[in-house]
Amino acid sequence: MNDHHDKDIDELSGIETTGHEWDGLKELNNPLPRWWVWVFVVTCLWSFWYFVVYPAWPVPGGATTGTSGYTQFKELEASQSEISARQQVYLDRFQKAEFQEIMNDPELYVFAKAGGSSAFKDNCATCHGSGAEGGKGYPNLNDDDWLWGGRVEDIYTTLLHGIRVHNDMDTRQSQMPAFGRDGLLKRDEINQLVTYVMDLSKGQDVQAQPGHVLFQQNCASCHGADGKGNKTLGAPNLTDAIWLYGGTKADIYYSIFNARGGVMPAWKDRLDEQTIRQLSIYVHELGGGEETMRESDPAAVPMTPPPAVSGAADDQ
Amino acid sequence: MTNSLSLFKKQEIIYPKRVSGRFRNLKWIAMIVCLAIYYLVPFIRWDRGPYMPDQAVLIDMVHGRAYWFWIEIWPQEVYILTGILICAAIGLFFITSLFGRVWCGYLCFQTVWTDLFVWVERLVQGDRTKRKKLREGPWTFEKIYKMAITHFIWIIIAWWTAGSFVLYFNDAPTLVRSFFDGTVSNTVLGFIGGLTFMTYLMAGFAREQVCTYMCPYARFQSAMFDKDTLIIGYDTERGEPRGSHKKGDTWDNRGHCVDCSACVQVCPTGIDIRNGLQMECIACGLCVDACDSVMTKLELPKGLIRYDTERRLDHKIKGKIGYAHFLRPRTIYYAVVLAVVGGVMLYALMTRSLLEINIMHDRNPLFVQLSNGDIRNGYDLKILNKSREPKIYALSLDGLPDAQITLSAVDEVTPDHLPVPANSVGQFKVFIQALRPAESPVSFKIIVTDPDTRTRTYENTMFVSEKPHG
Repeated sequence: MNDHHDKDIDELSGIETTGHEWDGLKELNNPLPRWWVWVFVVTCLWSFWYFVVYPAWPVPGGATTGTSGYTQFKELEASQSEISARQQVYLDRFQKAEFQEIMNDPELYVFAKAGGSSAFKDNCATCHGSGAEGGKGYPNLNDDDWLWGGRVEDIYTTLLHGIRVHNDMDTRQSQMPAFGRDGLLKRDEINQLVTYVMDLSKGQDVQAQPGHVLFQQNCASCHGADGKGNKTLGAPNLTDAIWLYGGTKADIYYSIFNARGGVMPAWKDRLDEQTIRQLSIYVHELGGGEETMRESDPAAVPMTPPPAVSGAADDQ
Repeated sequence: MTNSLSLFKKQEIIYPKRVSGRFRNLKWIAMIVCLAIYYLVPFIRWDRGPYMPDQAVLIDMVHGRAYWFWIEIWPQEVYILTGILICAAIGLFFITSLFGRVWCGYLCFQTVWTDLFVWVERLVQGDRTKRKKLREGPWTFEKIYKMAITHFIWIIIAWWTAGSFVLYFNDAPTLVRSFFDGTVSNTVLGFIGGLTFMTYLMAGFAREQVCTYMCPYARFQSAMFDKDTLIIGYDTERGEPRGSHKKGDTWDNRGHCVDCSACVQVCPTGIDIRNGLQMECIACGLCVDACDSVMTKLELPKGLIRYDTERRLDHKIKGKIGYAHFLRPRTIYYAVVLAVVGGVMLYALMTRSLLEINIMHDRNPLFVQLSNGDIRNGYDLKILNKSREPKIYALSLDGLPDAQITLSAVDEVTPDHLPVPANSVGQFKVFIQALRPAESPVSFKIIVTDPDTRTRTYENTMFVSEKPHG
């Protein structure tokens, strides 16, 4: 290219400029240092080495495997076995310890909660929510209301055998009658019961209501004469403020008319024993777990924590 | 004119000549002090009690702590590191605006280690001309063994340098011992290998290339320059026209520069300072020493090349640089900013509390309704015990009447008994239960008290009882 007239030599330095100009400033066309080229060559060589040693090229049916045999799966396996080895120390102790020992051993307690937390997110969160907050029909595991018992042993049994599982003989089993659908009660009788249990939940005096007699005849056998439920039957406490299937008039009407009966899978064939034990502790420690009966104290009954203030009882 | 522009420039090997004088002495002192600090500091012990490391300067990556004598920094206090970096940057600006590129000439590790490597090179191979001849000559036996010795010493120094660097991140005596009993970890060896190679490469080969092509500071220090910044300057007025001079000849009608090129020969970056201020000049002052010794021999006044300002050189101002010169708006800004940032840092360090808490309200669920109608909220409480003893703290609330505190923890841990080991973080799951408040959220304080020292700290948080709208 005959560009003699194009050459623009900077007067001060005697170096050719790139010809670009910004507000009177011109860029000198200084040569790069030669080692820079060598750095570039080395990076190229490095990438060739990488192509040979590591899996790199996509080919039909997969990719080149590389001479080192490296895969990310192997790396994952290695780091997982490292984690397993670290866990094994605690797992050995955990296996031998009773629930009450674990609850009083700071290390095992943290280990159990951490293991339970991750197992919960993998297996339980689908229905109960990632924070165990539940939803309509799926119990909130954070609260202190338990259908089948909130002692750690109760939770463990529920996890092992599930609720209303067809092929598990030891599963939690009960069935509420569909009072309306099966013609056991008339619509206005159901409406009276709806009013009755709603007031019961608010802690009002309901003895004089027409629903009282209906309740004693139809519901008390499972829910108890006082409506406080029965954990061996999974019959919910109707006097508290918590409604699993909703507390509106329509929700309760639907529940009495069609009956309710939630289902939970049995986990004994899906998760190993220790994971289920970790989950039991995790769920128990979400804040609503009930105290375990002490064997030395036969009079003790499963109890919920006492209300925070005495006035709370008036609300029910 | 033929097109002589080449795309790439070959590195010109520089053989700096030995020189002695005021600036060379300063440079020796700076080098010895810097290297002594670097190599010896990891071995200084500082007693911090039974639970703490006793190394005066230590960055403990594994436990997430940094120690500097009496100062201890937690990862949560990384703003202190930010403060140190800001102080370092402004300090550099300040010094540069006062005295020019003294950092580059005397204190920069690139300069110090290059200087050390050149010293070794000179010790083994001789001064400038000998080195040049040896390097450019054929591979004789002499060349082979002299080169071998030079590179061997360089690698030893580089290895020592890399090893010292690693000592800042580990307990020094333990690590040194682990070299002898063979328990040294591969991580440590990897770091030492990498840093040895880089030191060898940078101080042995790259040298001034680092300053010219790699270093961002070298470039942006020109932004701190003005006509009153001290630079190495050649007195053109006095020196020109230059030319060789025979003893006894007159100095009339000619400059004092005898074109002996002593200033060029000693320059570690290989430039000719007589061409004026250049980007490559690291302001080490060795050309000043070289020229002064020549001027002394010629019985002429010193200072043909000298530390001076551009304004004074341009306006031919002679005489001592007054103190007033240093009081310029630029230096005053930097001094004020440095004092402010330094003051804030000092205040932060002096008032550093040994107890700090972090509270995080549960997001999922935001709140739980209990069977008796009460509302419960969950919180993750972290208590940072920065003291050097194990502590037992107590928890209390302010602004949430009739609330009940429970913990998800082993039985021995209660709201009045929260044990946290020395110099660590305790994590607690706290539940607060109360009657459903009239409004949501209610903001209140969670207070943590150290009953022994009566230190207390609190954090504002909230009690939620309704799903937020929108």
